[in-house]
Amino acid sequence: MAEPATPLWEVFIRARTGLAHRHVGSVHAADATLALQAARDVYTRRGEGLSIWVVPSDAITASDPTDKDMLFEPTASKIYRHPTFYEVPDEVDNM
Amino acid sequence: MYSQALNAPALATDDSEAGQRFQARIEAEERIEPNDWMPEAYRRTLIRQISQHAHSEIVGMLPEGNWITRAPTLRRKAALLAKVQDEGGHGLYLYAAAETLGVSREELVEQLLTGRAKYSSIFNYPTLSWADIGAIGWLVDGAAIMNQIPLCRCSYGPYARAMIRICKEESFHQRQGFEIMTVLARGTDDQKAMAQDALNRWWWPSLMMFGPPDAQSQHSDASMRWKIKRFTNDSLRQKFVDATVPQGHYLGLGFPDPELRLNEATGHWEFGAIDWDEFRRVLAGDGPCNRERLTARQRAHEDGAWVREAALAYAAKGRNGRTRAAA
Repeated sequence: MAEPATPLWEVFIRARTGLAHRHVGSVHAADATLALQAARDVYTRRGEGLSIWVVPSDAITASDPTDKDMLFEPTASKIYRHPTFYEVPDEVDNM
Repeated sequence: MYSQALNAPALATDDSEAGQRFQARIEAEERIEPNDWMPEAYRRTLIRQISQHAHSEIVGMLPEGNWITRAPTLRRKAALLAKVQDEGGHGLYLYAAAETLGVSREELVEQLLTGRAKYSSIFNYPTLSWADIGAIGWLVDGAAIMNQIPLCRCSYGPYARAMIRICKEESFHQRQGFEIMTVLARGTDDQKAMAQDALNRWWWPSLMMFGPPDAQSQHSDASMRWKIKRFTNDSLRQKFVDATVPQGHYLGLGFPDPELRLNEATGHWEFGAIDWDEFRRVLAGDGPCNRERLTARQRAHEDGAWVREAALAYAAKGRNGRTRAAA
């Protein structure tokens, strides 16, 4: 009973106007239209959103967790990218 | 709803360097994500636990589905329908979490349909009257929530996130059950008798949902060490009994346990011996409804085969490939 695999889709939902779409989970569906319907049934039973994106999971390229240090560690030493790095005289209050 | 603490297989401690680093991350309460290194035994334990949990949600739709068309009012019917839909959704969140560990949906479904996978023993009992729907919501969902709340802090990220969503959605399930029980318990003598009968039949199976006693559950150590589990079966069971007995007394109902008594010194309700032979029998396939449940799932799968086939064929033709502008 080798059942053919039904493609996997990642689901993103915009909760309210003004917010970005956010990843909420995944669904299996044969095509994009059915994936949207499945995502609507599975992830929006309580008014969770105003808009859904479905993206084929295999279209996502992800960074490798083992590259974490190489990719992200260099930013740790660049504290001058944050406003708190700079001194502002007390006399100048709002900047 | 409905995780059941079933036995995990024997596990060796992983003393490798990677294994020790992994355990250190667990101790530091870091969440483990799908692409992170993890011991094979951790992966296997999670696949089994999450998929059993998913199967339980799906099979759990059946006993309640039995009463959707016969719910006494439209309000009750709408609520029951929403609850059963939730269970379907919860099964799907959980299958998706299990799939992040490298098992396919098709394999998981096949394991259920061929009877190789287990699901919570509670769903192999029949729903004989409307009061059973009240008792399931109150007791079965109550027990499930007790089990599931600590799973929101489980060390595996996708499982923990699925559980957070499930717990949030499930908070109405227990209340709707208790409301049904309240109305019956305050109703006619016949209605009250119906509520009592349902409580009598569901009480012991609900206590079994927490799994074998700690003394017999030799494998929960590993799950505790990996912070998949946070509390032992017995401690969660006690918590459930302590919370539930006063609710039953409030309803004016009695519990089918002559040994049930409040220990004033500890503040805990002490209860009689659980029939673990029954638990093992039902889990092994010899409960009142095992065959019926599995047959219903197999039939649903077979009846849907042409739909899956047609949808895939349609997608393959590419007729449906038009892209939509991102909203």
